[in-house]
Amino acid sequence: MRADLPRWVDIALLPVLNVVLAFLIGGVIVMSVGQNPLQAVGVILHGAFGYGSGFGYTLYYTTNFIFAGLAVSLAFHAGLFNIGVEGQAYVAGLGVVLIALAMNGTHWLIMMPLMLVSGALFGAGWAAIPGYLQAKRGSHVVITTILFNFIATSLMSYVITKLLKPEGVQSDESAPLADITRVPQFGDFLPMFKNSPANLTFLLAIAMLVAVYVLLWHTKFGYAIRTLGQNPTAARYAGISNEKMIIIVMALSGAIASLVALNNVGGVQGRLILNFVNGAGFVGVAVAFMGKGHPVGVALSALLFGTLYQGGQELAFSMPGVTKDMILTIQALVILFTGAMGDMLRTPLSRLFPKRPAGAS
Amino acid sequence: MTGVNPPPEQRPQGAAVSSAAVSSAADSALAIELVNINKHFGAVRANRDINLRIRRGTIHGIVGENGAGKSTLMSILYGFYTADSGEIFVNGQLVHITDSSHALKLGIGMVHQHFMLVDNFSVLENVVLGAEDSPLLGRTLSRARAELHRLEREYGLEVDPDAIVENISVGQQQRVEILKALYRGADILILDEPTGVLTPNEADDLFRILDVLRSQGKTIILITHKLREIMAATDAVSVMRQGAMVQTLETKSTSPEQLAELMVGRRVLLRVDKAPANPGKVVLDVENLVVTDDLKVPRVKGVSFSVRAGEIVGIAGVAGNGQSELLESISGMRDQKSGTVRLNGTPLSLEGDDGAHRARHAGLAHVPEDRLRMGLVPSFEEWENSILGYEDEPQYGRGFLDIEAARKQAGARMQAYDIRPPNVRLKTANFSGGNQQKIVLAREMESDPDVLIVGQPTRGVDIGAIEFIHRQIIKMRDAGKAILLVSVELDEIRSLSDRILVMFDGQIVGEADPATADEGELGLLMAGVSKGSGKPTEGAP
Repeated sequence: MRADLPRWVDIALLPVLNVVLAFLIGGVIVMSVGQNPLQAVGVILHGAFGYGSGFGYTLYYTTNFIFAGLAVSLAFHAGLFNIGVEGQAYVAGLGVVLIALAMNGTHWLIMMPLMLVSGALFGAGWAAIPGYLQAKRGSHVVITTILFNFIATSLMSYVITKLLKPEGVQSDESAPLADITRVPQFGDFLPMFKNSPANLTFLLAIAMLVAVYVLLWHTKFGYAIRTLGQNPTAARYAGISNEKMIIIVMALSGAIASLVALNNVGGVQGRLILNFVNGAGFVGVAVAFMGKGHPVGVALSALLFGTLYQGGQELAFSMPGVTKDMILTIQALVILFTGAMGDMLRTPLSRLFPKRPAGAS
Repeated sequence: MTGVNPPPEQRPQGAAVSSAAVSSAADSALAIELVNINKHFGAVRANRDINLRIRRGTIHGIVGENGAGKSTLMSILYGFYTADSGEIFVNGQLVHITDSSHALKLGIGMVHQHFMLVDNFSVLENVVLGAEDSPLLGRTLSRARAELHRLEREYGLEVDPDAIVENISVGQQQRVEILKALYRGADILILDEPTGVLTPNEADDLFRILDVLRSQGKTIILITHKLREIMAATDAVSVMRQGAMVQTLETKSTSPEQLAELMVGRRVLLRVDKAPANPGKVVLDVENLVVTDDLKVPRVKGVSFSVRAGEIVGIAGVAGNGQSELLESISGMRDQKSGTVRLNGTPLSLEGDDGAHRARHAGLAHVPEDRLRMGLVPSFEEWENSILGYEDEPQYGRGFLDIEAARKQAGARMQAYDIRPPNVRLKTANFSGGNQQKIVLAREMESDPDVLIVGQPTRGVDIGAIEFIHRQIIKMRDAGKAILLVSVELDEIRSLSDRILVMFDGQIVGEADPATADEGELGLLMAGVSKGSGKPTEGAP
């Protein structure tokens, strides 16, 4: 049984303790190759925040994880487990690049909204199919979205290598966007971000955090989403159409996932490259769970994973004996402790912080 | 039915003496003795200075409103909680019960209100679950099978050991729970609200079983708030109120009225006062309605009736005869196979999974049978539930939710309906059953509907709230609303309705006037006995 905890313990102390636990075990791994764990933490923090381009990379990763985390969270509030963010973002890349190439050379002030809408339509469309299948046919989105990731991978490989790849180019990628069409990098205005991928989409991520919060807790549509997620029978009793809501929410989730493509294809790469999402969609699942589906939590856990990604690469690069796989292991530990075993400390904590039951009987 | 049948030699000699007069601690005739038990949860004193003596070989009832501390007390006895202070004697021995497995070793078993069974396991597997005495399952199972046969013979607890739990009736599932406790050697059985989920027949069976258990020397503690069951089944009864033990009485020397008064702390009207109905035009008209359940089995088979403004039409029947499907269909939650539902003469379009939305807009409010599953979102704050189904109305904002307006209105309704605690930000799951029901009632009644459909309005609701809910329903009637009431409590149907329709096997098999209807006659109709054999009782003009 889930022990009830005071609110601050539940949403602040418990996740922090979980992360600390993950790092303690991660520290043992670092020690096993004869390195000082505290020094490793120092390297991670320096790599992620200590200098301009490192911080820029952290922001770039964080941006992706915010979008992916929000996409998973939104669906989850409706009781839908969207594991297909990876594929939805990938397909959305096609939407972004198609309009960008069609109007290549147009100023980004016009192109950024257009790329956003086009990408969102592709992402929403790709996510709406599993939504439709669950609403009308009863096939569960957990299964279908996983399968749709594979379909997306194959489809996009074909489209990129056979249709989009210009002649004479060796690597598997589309033609490049003109500089003026690309989403501007922070480095263009702020010298400290030079040589880093951080771009204007980061501000969009902040806006999306607020937008998702307002949508869920301050609109009637959000009320309907939460009713459906918490009690589908009560939703039916209230006259909220389960079928319609499932399709719409999946489409919205896919639209948020599509912003990962805007960040990468429209901003960083300026072209559509093979497998550009690179796991961000799956990290989004962990981010959403660790953040308990709340935008504030999503922001914090996205920043944590952004830090681990960027700082971890720095660590693998600069600390002898520490390999990329070990960084991955530490990230996995964080997921394990915050996600799968997130409630492990709940019972001991409930003894430390007893909560008075509201209706004792 | 279960009368007072004197158990054999186990019954202590002083049995005739009221328990208050039984003297001295560590009395070996007592199965359980609790002395000065206290339990706090933060500032809440859930149990204060509880003294309780339960004689061996008796059925001892414990009554009290929701929140009176019954469950806490039993949880202390069963080892879920530890008391802050006080002493527990089991069979005269002072014990410190640490957890439920310890309680089981002492011979205390509990049958929970919500069964703790694995649905897709067989009865036998469920019984041995957690009590396997050998790593090889086969040996445990064959031993358990023999033991089950013995228990069956001894106590008349017939269940097919190889049946899968999800395929047997609720009443039989409850027997499995009892068997589980007996298999583990329980001598003292605690039953928490055992009849809440049972049909009247299943409840009768249960009491027969309890009778046999008592005659075999088992001690039974029965927690309930149905006074009728207390009167019929128990030897002694203890009343709790606000965490304290009010009084322990011999059942044969008390009355339901006295118990109700002790529970609530003031006089309670068990009968409903109401003026004669003044019916107007037909508001709700149901014609040839056919409804199937989730498995496409027809549950409502061509039902026609109408409800007029200013009258309460009650549908009586044993649970499971199509009443639930009828309610869900009229309120738009379930698709109808054929037939028409008219509201003020206009047919309602109820197809699709948002039919409830259209029904509500046409002026039909619905208090569902199962408030926690249908009528409320337990994890929502109270104010959020107070707009459920009405959330798209303009007074709660356009597009954006006007949270201030919704909370203000919810607060006003909490006052008007005396919903406690009066905190619109409290999670709905933390309200008691009666208060949850009032949240639903307030929402549906205050929407000013033309038709109010009410299913099981007082299921799991304590006596004080029942009185209030009944008065509200009458008030709605007197305000000229058409009310359709479905309840498995025949008393409730009889005291509230202006007209009674009896439903059996998906059909209306008779109509009766509550003023003249004879209970036996209604019972026969409900059992489907007179079907086809004679004319149903004709209602008064």
